[in-house]
Amino acid sequence: MPGARAWQDPVEAVALPVLALAGALLAFGVFVWFAGASPLDAWALLFKGAFGDAFSWQNTLQRAAPLMLTALAVALPAQAGLTVIGGEGALVLGALACAALPYALPGLQGMAGAVLMLVVAAAAGAVWVALAGWLRQQRGVNETISSLLLGYIAIALFKHFVEGPLRDPASLNKPSTRPVAESLRIGGIPWGGAVTDVHWGLVIGVVLCLVAGVWLSFTASGFALRVVGGNVRAARLVGLPTLGLILTACALGGAGAGLAGGIEVLAVHTSANASLIAGLGYTGILVSFVARHNPWAIPPVAVLFGGFGAAGSLLQRRLDLPDASVLVLQGFAFVLILAAEAGRGRLLAARAPKPVVAPPPPADPNAPPPPIHASAVAN
Amino acid sequence: MSHFFSTRRDWLRSVGAAGAGLATASFSELVLAQKPLTVGFIYVGPKDDYGYNQAHAEAAAQVKKLAGLKVVEEENVPETNAVQKTMQGMISQDGAALLFPTSFGYFDPHMLAVAGKNPDVRFAHCGGLWTEGKHPKNTGSFFGYIDEAQYLNGVVAAHMTKSKKLGFIAAKPIPQVLRNINAFTLGAKSVKPDITTSVIFTGDWSMPVKEAEATNSLADQGVDVFTMHVDGPKVIVETAAKRGKFVCGYHASQAKLAPNAYLTGAEWNWITAYTQIIEAARSGKPHPNFVRGGLKDGFVKTSPYGSMVPEAARKAADAVKSAMVAGKFDIFKGELKDNTGKVVIPKGKVFKQTDMELESMNYLIEGVIGKA
Repeated sequence: MPGARAWQDPVEAVALPVLALAGALLAFGVFVWFAGASPLDAWALLFKGAFGDAFSWQNTLQRAAPLMLTALAVALPAQAGLTVIGGEGALVLGALACAALPYALPGLQGMAGAVLMLVVAAAAGAVWVALAGWLRQQRGVNETISSLLLGYIAIALFKHFVEGPLRDPASLNKPSTRPVAESLRIGGIPWGGAVTDVHWGLVIGVVLCLVAGVWLSFTASGFALRVVGGNVRAARLVGLPTLGLILTACALGGAGAGLAGGIEVLAVHTSANASLIAGLGYTGILVSFVARHNPWAIPPVAVLFGGFGAAGSLLQRRLDLPDASVLVLQGFAFVLILAAEAGRGRLLAARAPKPVVAPPPPADPNAPPPPIHASAVAN
Repeated sequence: MSHFFSTRRDWLRSVGAAGAGLATASFSELVLAQKPLTVGFIYVGPKDDYGYNQAHAEAAAQVKKLAGLKVVEEENVPETNAVQKTMQGMISQDGAALLFPTSFGYFDPHMLAVAGKNPDVRFAHCGGLWTEGKHPKNTGSFFGYIDEAQYLNGVVAAHMTKSKKLGFIAAKPIPQVLRNINAFTLGAKSVKPDITTSVIFTGDWSMPVKEAEATNSLADQGVDVFTMHVDGPKVIVETAAKRGKFVCGYHASQAKLAPNAYLTGAEWNWITAYTQIIEAARSGKPHPNFVRGGLKDGFVKTSPYGSMVPEAARKAADAVKSAMVAGKFDIFKGELKDNTGKVVIPKGKVFKQTDMELESMNYLIEGVIGKA
């Protein structure tokens, strides 16, 4: 069986979402036509706005960068079997912690200072999401509800500090913390002799998604985490430390979102203020679900999301379509991508009967490890 | 294009010397017609929010009708690097030479960052405090003294209230908002000195649920005339009307939402500021960096009175309005105490609308129930 599926699985994993996207574009064309614009124009603009030239690519990637990190806040707890949707709270607390650190340590300078601020931001986010995990494991509180509500508390705390004790007196009509020093800020990534608008947060996001995927797929603790997510009772039975693993997954996920908040402060806003509460944490939920909580799938999905944002911007300006029209396209895309999951294992099987002779079993690192590993981990 | 120019010139030459003066005039018109000025408008919320964004979008719709102009618009743009990309996109993809980023939070750092990279493009921001020497010359800010219209709201509200309790639902205790609350209360107290205004801050610019709760809770406490300073006053207007209370609008006219409850309103008239800035860009004059104006300058206006507003109230408000238009009326003058009893404007001191002290107001005056 694994041999027969070995080539079909990756093909399906790419073909299903691509077909779903094509279907969404088709449906969007019909929608645009009803709205009185030309579907051909709309498709051309979508492509041009998202991936048409260097400017569009920068636009797309810049929007994608924070989404990769906030998606991790959903994906990692999901691997442990928890549905956490509190990335927004972790993000704003990360941003707050990052912007507050110079108040406590006024001498922060340069790269080392920036790294320290990002670590503090990640820690703040980690604590917040781990709290939701702890409440679920030790107090039986539903983690979806608690993480959502903790998000509101985080935003309230954020506003209290930004508009109260940490407010820069010079920020009259837009209450903000004091701007961070120039040397602490994160700049653009150089490309071909020029500095692009895309900041280093993109690299951090991609690297962390890759690392998270490696952790889940190639390490004992990552595998143990997936066992907990698959069947928590079986995991307990084989002696896995479920509480520790769940808290770790939540903390690492929260650290991602907290880091996103810190990067937003250092690379974009230069201080913490209410503009940070822009729903990046909530968009991360969608990204993670569309990526099926697989960290390796998060960067491309985040780029797709960034592309929708970038293309929507151009679509509004050129065709005078309302902003909501891009939401319609996103809606089509995600419903179809998620619905296409039903076709998994059927798309190719229906057309090509199982080959009689299975291809020689390759040493495939992606193939699910045999069950013996579980007991090995337990030992 | 050049071919077209040359034939036109040939034709002009054939008309003869009599047409020389005419020729230069029509030639420059032709250049304008050839290269329309592209203007970009960016809104933080939807264009039809019955509030802040609609006020801008309505004026932008008027701008669209001007000849030789191309308008590009984008709504629901958050105050993140998304707005930087939108501004840069309008410049590089649409060829915009003048941008109106209309939300307060776009100013620093977003507009300043994009303006630094595009020194030839003009940026006119709504509400910001452009400062000579600190901010680049190709940027600027415009705003209106809408507290004048809120003062008039207060005069009308005072005539209509029976409980002598007015309600003000506001987003955040920042200077622009406090100035409106104080002006509204001063207007009301000019009619009935023992009137009070209860303030509830919802914490953010668009909080429809909290706005409805605040309206209901104030109505329960006996407030019978409402006004507000939030981005979209729709929910407050509708909730107040449902409770059988009166309401004075803000940003744009909400009369359509509650014709039987809508007394009057403080509206922006952005087309005045837009036209000034656009004309400067078209004629190549220096970019107006600091543009301010009130009722007198046509930057703000009042909604037509509702049919329930009695003659006496109309007369009283109209009298103040004509004094304001004549430049003979000052809202903030001493002696003025805040609601903790502290004197905030000493006796004899009179602030003109243009005085910068008013732009950093941090108190609520006597008669306002609430905390800044």
